[in-house]
Order: sequence, then C-alpha cells, then structure tokens
Amino acid sequence: MSDALTLSWRQYRLERRMFWRNPSAAFFNFLLPLLFLVGGGAILHGNQHDLNKLVPAIAGMSVMSTTFTALAYNIVFLRERGVLKRIRGTPLPTSSYFGGVAANAVTNTALQIAIVVLAGRVFFGIGWPQDWVELIVFVVVGVVCFAALGVAFAHVIPNFESTAAYVNAVFLPVVFVSFYVFDSASAPALLRNVADALPLKPLIEGLYGAMVTGSGLSSNLGALAVIGAWGVFGLWFAVRGFSWEQRHG
Amino acid sequence: MRGLSKRYGEHEAVRGIDITVARGEVFGLLGPNGAGKTTTVEILEGYRARSGGEVSVLGHDPGRRSRALRQRIGIVLQSSGIYSYLTPREALRHWASFYPSPRDVDEVIALVGLQEKAEERSRTLSGGQLRRLDFALALVGDPELIFLDEPTTGFDPAARRDAWETVRNLRAGGKTILLTTHYLDEAQALADRVAIVKDGRVLAVGPPQELSAHPSRAHPPGAHPPGAHPPGTARYTISYRDANGERIERQTEDPTGLLNELTAEALAKGERLEELSVGRPTLEDVYLELTADE
Repeated sequence: MSDALTLSWRQYRLERRMFWRNPSAAFFNFLLPLLFLVGGGAILHGNQHDLNKLVPAIAGMSVMSTTFTALAYNIVFLRERGVLKRIRGTPLPTSSYFGGVAANAVTNTALQIAIVVLAGRVFFGIGWPQDWVELIVFVVVGVVCFAALGVAFAHVIPNFESTAAYVNAVFLPVVFVSFYVFDSASAPALLRNVADALPLKPLIEGLYGAMVTGSGLSSNLGALAVIGAWGVFGLWFAVRGFSWEQRHG
Repeated sequence: MRGLSKRYGEHEAVRGIDITVARGEVFGLLGPNGAGKTTTVEILEGYRARSGGEVSVLGHDPGRRSRALRQRIGIVLQSSGIYSYLTPREALRHWASFYPSPRDVDEVIALVGLQEKAEERSRTLSGGQLRRLDFALALVGDPELIFLDEPTTGFDPAARRDAWETVRNLRAGGKTILLTTHYLDEAQALADRVAIVKDGRVLAVGPPQELSAHPSRAHPPGAHPPGAHPPGTARYTISYRDANGERIERQTEDPTGLLNELTAEALAKGERLEELSVGRPTLEDVYLELTADE
C-alpha cells in the first residue's frame, strides 16, 4: 500500500534528522568503530596478515553496533519516555513505523561499512572488496539478524538506566570472543564452539571472504546459515514480546 | 458517535462501567486515584484489551485497533514523551501526515499557544509547554473524539485556565471530549456530564449542577455502593453571624423553611443576620460523600 510506504519514508527521514542532531548517537555509530580501526591499525602496522583480519572484524562489529546496540538503546529509551505509546495511539501503521526505524539503522550500517571499506582501501592496503555480492549478502543478513536481536533484547532491559549495563554485558563478550577466535588459530575448542555458534564470528568470516580472500559465497554458506538462524530467532522474539509501554514496578 | 458502554468482567480495576457519551458532549470521568478511570479510558483508546463487556467508539470496537478509528480520535495521555531533538513544528508536521485531513500546523500551534517555542528543540520546553504540545499533537489530526487523561495535573492556575479555554473552544467546534480528572472544579468547569467513579464502579452520573442539586437522582438505579449514604444527604448550608458575632452554620435539605424560620426569629428579636449566605451543595460535597470510605 503506497500510503503505508509514504509514511515509512517520512518516518525514515525523521529518524535521519534526529540521528544527526543527537551527538552521542553520531559518536557511537561512526567515531567509535573508526577509533578501533585507527588504534588496531597503529598496533598492527606493517603486518598485512593481521590488518587483513582487523578490517573485516571491525566491519562486523560495526554491523552489530549500528543495529543491535543502537536499536536496543533507542527502543528502551522511547518506551520509557512514552513516545512509543503515543505513536501507538496514532493511525501510523506499525509496519510504517518499524520500516522507517529499520531503514534508519540500515543507512547507518551502510555508511559505516562504506567508511570501513574505504579505510581498508586507503590506509590498510586491503584493496577493494573481492566479492561485492558476498559483501552485500552478508551485510544484509547481518543487519536483519542483529536488528531483530536488538529489538528482542530491548524486552529484557527493565529501564533506560540499566541499558548500558545490559547491552555491554552482551556486546563486549560477543565481540571479544569472536575477535579472539577469528584471529587465533590456537583458541581453545570450547571458545571456538561458542564463537561459531554466535552470529558475529560467522558474519566476520563472511566479510573476510568478501573483502580479502574472495572465497565466494558458496564457501561460507555455513556461516550464513548460523546468522540466518539467529535472525529467525530474533525476529520471532522481537515481534512476540514487543512492548509499547513501560512495564510498571 | 453511537455511544459507548462498557462492562468489564470481574477484573478488579474496572467492574461493570456502563456509560454512553453523546456526540458533541464533554464528559468527565471523576474519581480518586486508582478508581479505574485511566484503565477505562485506555480500553476505549485501544491500549488495553477488555476482559468483558461491550464497547463501541464511533461505531468501532477499539479492541480491534482499526486505523479508521485511530484517524478519528485524538489522545492526550497522562504522560507521554516526544522526540527531544525535534521542534514542536517538526513533530506536528510529522504527526499531521498520519491523518487523512489534518489541521493546519500553524493554526494548531497558535491554538495551544506555543508560537514562541515552535522552532525550539522539544528538550528545551518546560513541563507546561510540553503539555501544550501533547494537546497540539492530539488535535493536529482534527479528531472528532478527544481523550484527555488528567490534562491539567501539575499545571499552575494560569496554565489550567488556558487549557480549560482550549477544551471549551474544542467543544464549541463540535468535538466530543472524554476527560478524566481528579479535580472537582475541572469537572464542574468543563464537563456537560460527569460520572463519579470509584473502585471500578460508577457511583453517579449526571450534569455537575444536577448532581449537586439532586444527588439522589444522580444515582443510576441499583448502583448504590454498599454502605453508601442514603440519597439526598448533601445539604444546603446556611451560615450567618448571630447577635454575639459567632459564626453559625446549619445544614438543611429545605433551605426555604429554615431561612423563613431564621429570618422570622431574627426580625422578632430585632437582630440582623450578618453575613447571611445560603450555600448550594457543591459537586465536591457529593463527590466526597460518594467516594468516602465507610
């Protein structure tokens, strides 16, 4: 329905405008991964093998931070402030609202991936991605997965004050274990199994294949399946448990 | 509006409320905190599912949350936030796009008196200004029916008068308004009819002046709360200063008789009844009487 699409577009434009007006959102979404990239790049300077792994790892983390982290924050905040409840009382279709919100997150992810790819090309000697199709497929599936998980995770967070604690309790361990296992061939089997079962390391592997080795989509189908499975799980919980208002007490 | 009635199972929050609001009417739900006012209104607004009874809002069942209904209602919640990085004008323009025939944004800004803040980020607005924005956002879709849940709680007296003026203007424009409040003067000042609600039940329904004049008539049949006062106990108050300058207050259901008696006595003694006044029972008397814990 075109009307619902128009409203989705309007919501998207509004989200973009608000995003640029919120300095902390802009910082966490753009500057933080860039700082990681610069810091990691400085440490690994001259070691092309490690730089080849750093850039896709940061790209994967960017997908997670622009969707999972950003959406969990946003939804808890809007829920607690009563903005969601207000929107719920208007004729704005739910699909249009979430369409706009999701498109906003996707834009941030796309911008970040573009920055990371560009930085890889210009500063880290990686060159342009080998397989654009694989890159796009993994980014899209990763966005859907982590966005859904972010919305689902917002249900678990009781109030805005504790959002940082909850989000970081998930984000940091997932990033560390995924980075470590991805980088180190000698990681313990237990950690390796954990990282392989979580969605971030498969995403990084897919991005690595796309950006560095050009191994092709077909060699990373297992990774894609893991991300997809988490996406289905996330979507199910995101839709089922969604709450438009703050629970009391 | 076809009228709305609802009865609500055995749920403790709302226990069998039955109300019909006419088109163009300002209807007040009056009751202490926790009486079930907000629960009732939130069922009508489509936020909560009812556990029993029948509800019709503008011919729709609000429980189905149809978009057609939401295009025709405006909601001012007790408390609800707004995007802090938007200006009131931006928020209103966005909200207006949800509705098929919205009002002019500048007109709505003027209506609620937010002109000088229209271009400022919402985060810089004061509590009162945010409440005006609440009104504006509810009105920008040009709704037929407006829900106001405790619209002036926390207002200073001047802001209350302004809000009241807005409500009166809406009523003059033919809008139907369902208002909840725990302020008696607000119900008295704004509502064409009031329902006094307590413990999820309606204790009395009627125009505020009639409720106070004939509290007994206000009771719907069979709706006496257990242990309530017998009808007609809200009395006229006659007060004056006697010859010793002492203030006397007497309650009666028959002010004419008592006045006749008092004045006859005073005339006979050659005294004056200084500061004589007859007080009609106010809505407050009725309210306090009905909602008193036995």
